[in-house]
Amino acid sequence: MTAGLAPSTEAPGRLRRARGTTSLRVGAATLWLSVIVLLPLAAILWQAAGAGWSAFVDAATSNAALESYEVTLSVSLGVTVVNLVFGLMVAWVLTRDDFPGKRLVDAVIDLPFALPTIVASLVMLALYGPNSPVGLHLQQTRWGIGVALLFVTLPFVVRSVQPVLLELDREVEEAAASLGANNVTIFLRVVLPALLPALLSGAGLAFSRAIGEFGSVVLIGGAIPGETEVSSQWIRTLIENDDRTGAAAISIVLLATSFVVLFVLRAAGSRAAKREELSR
Amino acid sequence: MILSRTARLLLRYVALAYIVILVVVPVGLILWRTFSPGLGTFWASVSTPAAISALNLSLLVVAIVVPLNVLFGVPTALVLARNRFRGKSVLQAVIDLPFAVSPVVVGVALILLWGSAGVLGFVENDLGFKIIFGLPGIVLASIFVTVPFVIREVEPLLHELGTDQEEAASTLGSQWWQTFWRITLPSIRWGLTYGIVLTIARTLGEYGAVIMVSSNLPGTSQTMTLLVSDRYSRGQEYGAYAVSTVLMTVAVLVLIVQVILDARRARAAR
Repeated sequence: MTAGLAPSTEAPGRLRRARGTTSLRVGAATLWLSVIVLLPLAAILWQAAGAGWSAFVDAATSNAALESYEVTLSVSLGVTVVNLVFGLMVAWVLTRDDFPGKRLVDAVIDLPFALPTIVASLVMLALYGPNSPVGLHLQQTRWGIGVALLFVTLPFVVRSVQPVLLELDREVEEAAASLGANNVTIFLRVVLPALLPALLSGAGLAFSRAIGEFGSVVLIGGAIPGETEVSSQWIRTLIENDDRTGAAAISIVLLATSFVVLFVLRAAGSRAAKREELSR
Repeated sequence: MILSRTARLLLRYVALAYIVILVVVPVGLILWRTFSPGLGTFWASVSTPAAISALNLSLLVVAIVVPLNVLFGVPTALVLARNRFRGKSVLQAVIDLPFAVSPVVVGVALILLWGSAGVLGFVENDLGFKIIFGLPGIVLASIFVTVPFVIREVEPLLHELGTDQEEAASTLGSQWWQTFWRITLPSIRWGLTYGIVLTIARTLGEYGAVIMVSSNLPGTSQTMTLLVSDRYSRGQEYGAYAVSTVLMTVAVLVLIVQVILDARRARAAR
């Protein structure tokens, strides 16, 4: 598969030149992305490989590391589930309902994406921190990390479900209703299966963002080991103590987790999509 | 699915309440706390020498990151949209990779590659070119996290444009740069604009990756986001709120640009 797929009417000389510039451009793009993205990530693997397998396992399964996984995964999972439910609800209201100011609400959904994470942290602290006007003191608790992560991951499910919901064929729902199905049945048997791939991919993105999040949890979390110290904070501590192998090991665990989750949910989503196609 | 009036209203108000409690109230509270002592106090807090030099540093990083992302992003988008080649799907995956990588891991990766004890440590040790804990480190971290934006905004427009007009231009004797300047660039300009806007916003707002590779010294290597956290941890809560408000303004401007460009796109589609 090369540039030889160009129209055959072209003169051979021109074709050769086109192929030359193609490989030049591909080369330039590859080089750029390698220097910026791939080489640094490869350096993490290099560091871990250089230290050996047993050092990697020790660092990745040390007590502090296990505690940080426990905090990260439990909070991220909870946050993903909550945003799955509310994200679907928000997407539904934004596509099926109509009220004044709907476009403003639609724009506000993207605010957590646009806002710097450290500002998100401060924003949450203003409401739930030591000077909380509502008397909720969530700083240095898991609930604090939870609300910060709810904030930064809000858009994922909404934005992945919204377009699918918009495209959804209302006639199928009407047919189901005319055949006597009630709303619960329609939702569970018609709407939800169609939305499942989008829901799963939104959840995957939200979860993968949540487990790697740093800026928005750093001020509100407080990094109490075993209580509020998430894995990304533990990595930072390791780097500050010049434990490069440890930092590389936890980084690999985080990267692998987020890839596996994204991959599995994407695969599950495309299977669900295929089933949905077949059943039509 | 036709909901009863009660169910519809209930759903609407629960969804709106969620957004209001989670997003609107906290953001409003920051604005209120920033501006309640008066504009003078706000101005004094964001015009201290440390704040000015943080702004200058952030803008300098933007001024380096944006041209590089355009210079390499547009040709990459072109090659992805126009050419078929071996390994294309791998390249596509690599471009999306930064979205899935934690900012802290980005920092670790850069330290392990470019740091004085890193794989390419000779650059600092032998050539005397300090990358980590210097400006190049901040730039590299910012490019890492922003590399997908220009490419991902421009590529779909190139697919839509197709090659007919460009081929017509080149048949009529136009040079490649004339074709690019007169045909390709005007067609992708809004995607490119939005890509640049996203790049600027993310560069100004990046924290996790930058704090890992910056020496975080006030006045020399502190970007605006680092200044926010520095002020907060020193107990200068008001100062942190004030700088946050400046950063928040940038975020709101991005949203406005997005709404405008979406409306433009919708009109073009019609």
